[in-house]
Amino acid sequence: MSRDSTTKILSVAFLLCLVCSVLVSAAAVGLSGIQERNKIQERRKNILQAAGLYQPGQPIDEQFRKIEARLVDLQEDAFSQAFDPTTFDSRSAARDPQTSHRIPGDEDPADIKTRSRYKVVYLVKDDTGSLQQLILPVHGKGLWSTMYGFLALDDDFTTINGFAFYEHGETPGLGGEIDNPAWKGQWPGKKIYGPGGEIRIDVLKGTVDRDAPDAVYRVDGLAGATLTARGVENLLHYWMGQDGYRPFLEKLQAQGV
Amino acid sequence: MAKPKDVLLDPIFNRNPIGLQILGICSALAVTSKMSTVVAMCLAVIFVITGSNVAVSLIRRQIPANIRIIVEITIIATLVIIVDQFLQAFAFSISKQLSIFVGLIITNCIVLGRAEAFAMKNPPGLSFLDGIGNGLGYSLVLLLVGFCRELFGSGKLLGYTILPTTNEGGWYLPNGLMLLPPSAFFIIGLLIWALRTWKTDQIEEEN
Amino acid sequence: MEHYLDILIRSIFIENMALAFFLGMCTFLAVSKKVDTAIGLGVAVIVVQTITVPANNLIYRYFLKEGGLSWLGLGDVDLTFIGLICYIGVIAAMVQILEMVLDRYVPALYTALGIFLPLITVNCAILGVSLFMLNKQGFGFLESLIFGFGSGIGWLVAIVLMAGIREQIKEDKIPAGLRGSGITLIVTGIIALAFIAFSGMIK
Repeated sequence: MSRDSTTKILSVAFLLCLVCSVLVSAAAVGLSGIQERNKIQERRKNILQAAGLYQPGQPIDEQFRKIEARLVDLQEDAFSQAFDPTTFDSRSAARDPQTSHRIPGDEDPADIKTRSRYKVVYLVKDDTGSLQQLILPVHGKGLWSTMYGFLALDDDFTTINGFAFYEHGETPGLGGEIDNPAWKGQWPGKKIYGPGGEIRIDVLKGTVDRDAPDAVYRVDGLAGATLTARGVENLLHYWMGQDGYRPFLEKLQAQGV
Repeated sequence: MAKPKDVLLDPIFNRNPIGLQILGICSALAVTSKMSTVVAMCLAVIFVITGSNVAVSLIRRQIPANIRIIVEITIIATLVIIVDQFLQAFAFSISKQLSIFVGLIITNCIVLGRAEAFAMKNPPGLSFLDGIGNGLGYSLVLLLVGFCRELFGSGKLLGYTILPTTNEGGWYLPNGLMLLPPSAFFIIGLLIWALRTWKTDQIEEEN
Repeated sequence: MEHYLDILIRSIFIENMALAFFLGMCTFLAVSKKVDTAIGLGVAVIVVQTITVPANNLIYRYFLKEGGLSWLGLGDVDLTFIGLICYIGVIAAMVQILEMVLDRYVPALYTALGIFLPLITVNCAILGVSLFMLNKQGFGFLESLIFGFGSGIGWLVAIVLMAGIREQIKEDKIPAGLRGSGITLIVTGIIALAFIAFSGMIK
């Protein structure tokens, strides 16, 4: 059969596609278990890092044992047993009309459009069982992508212990600087709510004057990435506001854990 | 028929794919700010070049002329996807840093270039060596660039501090230019200059 | 409207595919010797990108991504792992079709572009822009069209700039070892540095 006949072309093409698809699918399916575990480990590492508890070198599972995952119902503003917190996927819940609600445009500064009714939060307790830190998942629109992160609050529910994004598609070197340890290092110690209970936390355009009295509510902006920085501020304002965790936090403060 | 030793060693200095033929530059520039990403990239590229050279060489007599390029690309793409899957499974944080550049190995001119120029005309054994040789030549340049950029840009090598930076209480004021992508252009340009001063037969003609 | 203008300006100046992300370097360095050939290649790149980036966007959203196939009732399927082969396949096919269409209907353009069209398939800029577009979640069809078009223009600007400079320095005395590729790389580095200045352009 001549090398260039149509039958030859078609059969070579078909065989090639068959072999390649088998190889590729085998690799993808075979390795997917390990890849899933990686994603979970990565998520746990991020939570530990946001809380300032991460110790490199120690197995993540060990360190994560001190952390308790609980499901929160944002409609009832209370802990809930409706789903298993270790397997609950709030992203798909946000897409399902049964477990989410559409946020009206003018109440949606973070531009996330829908919010899941349930969120998984993480409690860090000390040896006596009293609550030390509360870690909340937050997300909101940046410039190019939705940024997902964890906010670690101290037991007064207003002082920030740590804040880190574990997933985003912002531009490396510009908006991507939200991953820069120098920028991240500004958050511990800042406060979200002012003395009257209003939200005061802000990401400035430019640098914060360290001596000003309200410096405790302010964080430096990102050079060349104003929209990303604004996205960070917006998502904080949303999640720490009435439609976010605020009612739940107020109840928790009053009743105790 | 070329001698195996030449096939393996030529591409390292005499016919370095980046140095002489200026192929495969894209990734060389983008992933070289840290040695760890460089090492991962080099291993991935060596695997893909060698694999594709061998695969193309094995079926070279069966490939019809008018789908030749697409067949080569499909083989290369398959290998790259496999490498990507393995990276995501066993070196997760590095795969996130390499992000799209792993996928771009498919269009890395070196891989396709060797498949066309060598593997189509040579038996699998020699093609294997050619793949390794070119992979090594590419890796050498990338490692040198990565070395300069990480050491002078952040005072570290593979994450270990060599020159303590002023940020960390040391004396070394990092050369910020090294962390920016254009520095890779300068370093490669200077490397080529050095290489061609050593091997003068690589100097380009005046035109 | 502002959103789309923003994407356009970003992709031309701030996230310039050639100067900020170094895509398409091989062809960039090889073809920037003369301004007219540079323009020809640049135009070809713009055309191919404007077609393939939105095409890949549709394929990702309606075939490959998790839940993408829900219009066929297969909402659980996640085919993103064969993405790379699909995208390069789409690019190769589009380039081939474009060649045939030009040859038939606009032969003057076809001859002008010459061998550049087939070379574009393996230009890492083309695949690279599609991959970048996918990284930016939430891009619809129109956004990816503008992004592809803008990235192409950015690449054209970069390569024509380079060709202009190279034509100028042809007469100058350059050390033998730096001649050709060496000096081109260093000049490109300087231009890339200059383009970083654009990052302050958009608020």
